[in-house]
Amino acid sequence: MIKKIFLIGNPNVGKSVIFSRLTGVEVISSNYPGTTVGITRGYLKFGGQSIEVVDLPGTYSLQPASKAEEVAVSLLKELPKQESVVINILDATNLERNLFLTLQLIEQGYAVIVCLNMCDDTTHRGIQLDTEKLETLLAVPVIPTCAVTGAGIRLLINRINEARAALRNGLSSQERWQEIGRIIQAVQRLSHRHHTFREVLEDASVRPLSGLMMSAVVVYLSFKIVRMLGEFLINRITDPVFNNFYQPLLERLSHGLGAKGFLHHLLIGELISGKIDFKQSLGLLTTAPYIEFAMVLPYVLSFYLVLSLLEDIGYLPRLAILLDNLLHRLGLHGFAIIPILLGFGCNVPGILATRVLESKRERFIASTLISIGVPCVPLQAMIFGLLGKFSGFYVSGVYLALFSVLLILGLILNRALKGFSPEFLLEIPPYRMPSAAMLAKKLFFRIKGFLIEAVPVVFLGVLMINMFLYFNLFSLLTDISAPVIKGLFGLPKEAAVALVIGFFRKDVAVGMLAPLALSAKQLFIAVTLLAMSFPCIATFVILGKELGAGSLIKATLIMIGASLIVGTLLNFGILR
Amino acid sequence: MKKNNLLQIKSGQKVRIAAILGGIALENKMMTLGIYPGREITKIGHIALRGPVTVKVGRSVIALGHGMAAKIIVDSL
Repeated sequence: MIKKIFLIGNPNVGKSVIFSRLTGVEVISSNYPGTTVGITRGYLKFGGQSIEVVDLPGTYSLQPASKAEEVAVSLLKELPKQESVVINILDATNLERNLFLTLQLIEQGYAVIVCLNMCDDTTHRGIQLDTEKLETLLAVPVIPTCAVTGAGIRLLINRINEARAALRNGLSSQERWQEIGRIIQAVQRLSHRHHTFREVLEDASVRPLSGLMMSAVVVYLSFKIVRMLGEFLINRITDPVFNNFYQPLLERLSHGLGAKGFLHHLLIGELISGKIDFKQSLGLLTTAPYIEFAMVLPYVLSFYLVLSLLEDIGYLPRLAILLDNLLHRLGLHGFAIIPILLGFGCNVPGILATRVLESKRERFIASTLISIGVPCVPLQAMIFGLLGKFSGFYVSGVYLALFSVLLILGLILNRALKGFSPEFLLEIPPYRMPSAAMLAKKLFFRIKGFLIEAVPVVFLGVLMINMFLYFNLFSLLTDISAPVIKGLFGLPKEAAVALVIGFFRKDVAVGMLAPLALSAKQLFIAVTLLAMSFPCIATFVILGKELGAGSLIKATLIMIGASLIVGTLLNFGILR
Repeated sequence: MKKNNLLQIKSGQKVRIAAILGGIALENKMMTLGIYPGREITKIGHIALRGPVTVKVGRSVIALGHGMAAKIIVDSL
């Protein structure tokens, strides 16, 4: 009687893609090891019943080496072996390394079915596999699949019944590798061929000089494309739609409401010189949708498009190698660049992704650095929108300031915290051609996630501001905080409101600065502070969940302290 | 035959692993990746300023931290 199906395999063999093929549950997949850090569960309709399918984080062996691997192995041991089926997913282009786990699973008596994934990729890499012979040698079913296109999945489901425990003596690790060598000899033929362009690129991207040059080009281009595409979408699509179609509608509504009164204030907000100003009116139907859909969404779209592309090609692990020595000085290692990059989209998935880092110390440093020095896409979009009007110089200034903070803070944390930074150890995947369908799916998945998470909070935030303005409740807050805001940071005392709203949504908070008529310098200081100071509530909750209350308090104090120092420094020290 | 560690050999050189120093934990970790005494590997590159060393093991490319690479002793072929 099968009660559960486990998907297990080495990192980056496509477990998550197989999982969503089997269960229909959408999960994020990328071309680097460690995309899945949590456990995903779904159900497979099979023989008239639905069986739970568990997608485990990738592991190289049953002797776990990281937190994620530990989780995988302990879950596997929860159920008696007779009640579970283990689908062991292998990368067909790298059979040898993958078989280590397979043999371990068989030796320990699990009912195994082997899924030979990425079979489409073997031919042009000059690999020929005899799957029937492999099936005989392993004495468990072997099914070739290509999860990205869905080939072989039907067959895999049909043969789940045949999964069985095979008899195999327990071997020592070294004996197991020798056994694997024999199996490979029997089933794999390599045809010799010339190096492809792809392989030349693969090698060049991990060599010191060419690698650095490539990374500079890739990072520059990525940033440029995000910026250009975002701006294009705003100027050509969202802004025209809002200004030409939505505004006339609202003007009529405003007129109908008599241009004043409670309801008008709630829905439309303040009229700026007799007209609706999407950036300054602060009404539920004006500023709230404008910020989220016209200013932020285009950048969310362009950012995730570029990030997903880099993920699926397999470039990110190569960036990790190049940045390893820098990140080591911050108490991290190269792989931490992946959580950091994800943090640029939204701090929440960034902090979740720190689970791939081994120690608690690393996770604390990485999470703190992400929430303090990495501005999320909605915040960046608003910075482009507002500060970009003054000059690109100030926009670069924000990044420079945040980057310096991140470096200095990392150096300090690395010195101050006990422990050491573990060594870098990472398998570098080959470059793969991203599939357009998979890319579109992932993008849709991420955008949907963003809308579900962000939109309610944005409307709530705007509603709060709107009501506070109507009843004039902000004056108490601004008066109390005036000495710090005005005295230290050189901002008008009303900016305190934006800093408080930043706890809910950073993008709305920047929007709050628009009506204050700040100078370029003031706006620069204000957005830098917004990025650094208290994290937004979603990040705050995740920090607490992932690190525990003690570390959360520590991280928060660090953030407040750093913002005070940096705000004051920027105000008095650097600028005219 | 002179013994070197992974840092001391040139990129592009094919070597055989002689020993892995630094304890059983590292040995086990390397073992699961197919890096064990007797195995032949090729060094691909080495990032300057104590950066990682990249090696090719079978069909996989693996990046090892500077400290780990120093603990892997190899024989030239």
